[in-house]
Amino acid sequence: MLNAKPTIKSTLKALLYLLPMLVISITFSIYPIIKSFIMSFYTKYDFFNDIVSAYGFDNFKFLFSDPDFHIAIKNTLIFVVGVVPLTVILSLVIALLLNRIKWLSGFFRTVYFLPFVTSTVAIAQVWHWIYNSDYGLLNYFLSLFGVSAVSWLESPKYAMLALIIMSVWKNLGFNIILFLVGLNNINERYYQAAEIDGANAWHQFTNVTIPLLSPITFLVSVNGVIGSFKVFDQIFALFNGTPGPSKSALTIVYYLYQKFYTEWKYGIAAASGVVLFFMILLVTVFQLWYSKHHVHY
Amino acid sequence: MKLKVAMVLRYVILILGAVIMLMPFLWMLSTSLKTQPETVKIPPIWIPKQLQFSNYVEAFKQAPFFQYFINSVIVTSITTIGQLFTSILAAFAFSRLNFYGKNFLFVIFLGTMMVPGEMLIIPNFVTLSQLHLVNTYGALIIPWLASFFTVFTLRQTFQSVPDQIYYAAKIDGASDWHYLWHVLVPISKSTITAVTVLQVIGSWNSFMWPLIVTNSENLRTLPVGLQAFTSDAGTNYAWLMAASTFVIIPMVILYIFLQKYIIAGISKTGLKG
Repeated sequence: MLNAKPTIKSTLKALLYLLPMLVISITFSIYPIIKSFIMSFYTKYDFFNDIVSAYGFDNFKFLFSDPDFHIAIKNTLIFVVGVVPLTVILSLVIALLLNRIKWLSGFFRTVYFLPFVTSTVAIAQVWHWIYNSDYGLLNYFLSLFGVSAVSWLESPKYAMLALIIMSVWKNLGFNIILFLVGLNNINERYYQAAEIDGANAWHQFTNVTIPLLSPITFLVSVNGVIGSFKVFDQIFALFNGTPGPSKSALTIVYYLYQKFYTEWKYGIAAASGVVLFFMILLVTVFQLWYSKHHVHY
Repeated sequence: MKLKVAMVLRYVILILGAVIMLMPFLWMLSTSLKTQPETVKIPPIWIPKQLQFSNYVEAFKQAPFFQYFINSVIVTSITTIGQLFTSILAAFAFSRLNFYGKNFLFVIFLGTMMVPGEMLIIPNFVTLSQLHLVNTYGALIIPWLASFFTVFTLRQTFQSVPDQIYYAAKIDGASDWHYLWHVLVPISKSTITAVTVLQVIGSWNSFMWPLIVTNSENLRTLPVGLQAFTSDAGTNYAWLMAASTFVIIPMVILYIFLQKYIIAGISKTGLKG
């Protein structure tokens, strides 16, 4: 029965229901979390026989002195800063506009959300073609305004920008949906009250919409930051299995992939994963702290 | 008057945005139906003189896309069904049963959701190779048969079902098992559909994991196969766009038909998750 005290019998029963999920998640989620922390301290590791002959901090020392890892951290941060604010602002604006129209609003929602359901790898091939410096659509479009051809994917100067544009395009729809839900949840009475107090449209926006939307803005930012920290598929597909020209799109997860998959340096790869974990944790804790002070629930 | 101008302005911006959102899809479709010389024409042409459906045939000849498609269907369907099954059972335990360690377990699982999945790739690869599962369907499927995200979402929905229904079923002599599958699951149909569709999309499009755990051609899923095809296709963008269209189309069709559930699913899970 509900709300009854747990007993041995009810625990056994629950265990049966939980068993399939527990077996899989302990093997492939919980155990590997612990294991990857341990692996980051492996300094001599025989993968084929799973024998560890030495432990230590060498992997972390290596990361701190590896210029590639510094590049990876820098690029990841540039990517986060490039993608998240832009996505938040654009999706908020579009959601606000969509919220104010009736005719065709369903159609627009469908269109804006479409990129989200598509395979990153497939759509990155399309963007690869759009970014083509000789025959690409983007350079043709820019040439109409007198801009000379840009080597989007070949020049280290533009590669990150190209990656950011594609990523914003792909993630916009998801965030628009969340903002639309948030806007729908704002009670009409707040606006009526503001109206009576003589607030104009701008003041209503800054004093009603923005504060009441702050939980969603917060959620969208957290999702965005965490997702952007883990960027990989887009890079691999857009730059044909390379981290961009002269490593200009080498990010932390790409670094992890290279160390693990192409160089077989498991300890170093695991250590870079641990660094990623702590970076995400730090950001999440900061954002939680920030939301306590600035988000109005 | 001012209101009308604002309304027109809204539509202008939204239409402009919609054009940007749709452009890559139209460009992909258009390129996939062009002849090779047409693809490199400046100014670009949007509608080819003659639709070259042969590009699709050619792409299928160059790489075993049909095999990739079958692999994607197998992996996506087994992963989705399996994960749904384990999650429904677990969500029932978390929402309707009382047991020792319930809160503890729940907190542990919430904590694991915070860990980036990319970090788990290395130890999971080691585990799978010890089980001799690397480069098999098992490697593509088994690690994904449980998702705490799905459990969490279903638990929320199960909890919102009134207790009276549970008691009524009990009085009618229904077992918990019967109540779960014949009452709770049908009532929660829309949430289940939502998480299913989101899972199908995620599984179909997943790339990094299948890339790492498979190396033989006949185990590749569509995204991995397409990525490998880029080097074969070279600069033949018509073939490449035909192949990309083939990878994208199934999810677009799914999206158009089940849009309502996808949007509802994101509104629900995105907000609570």
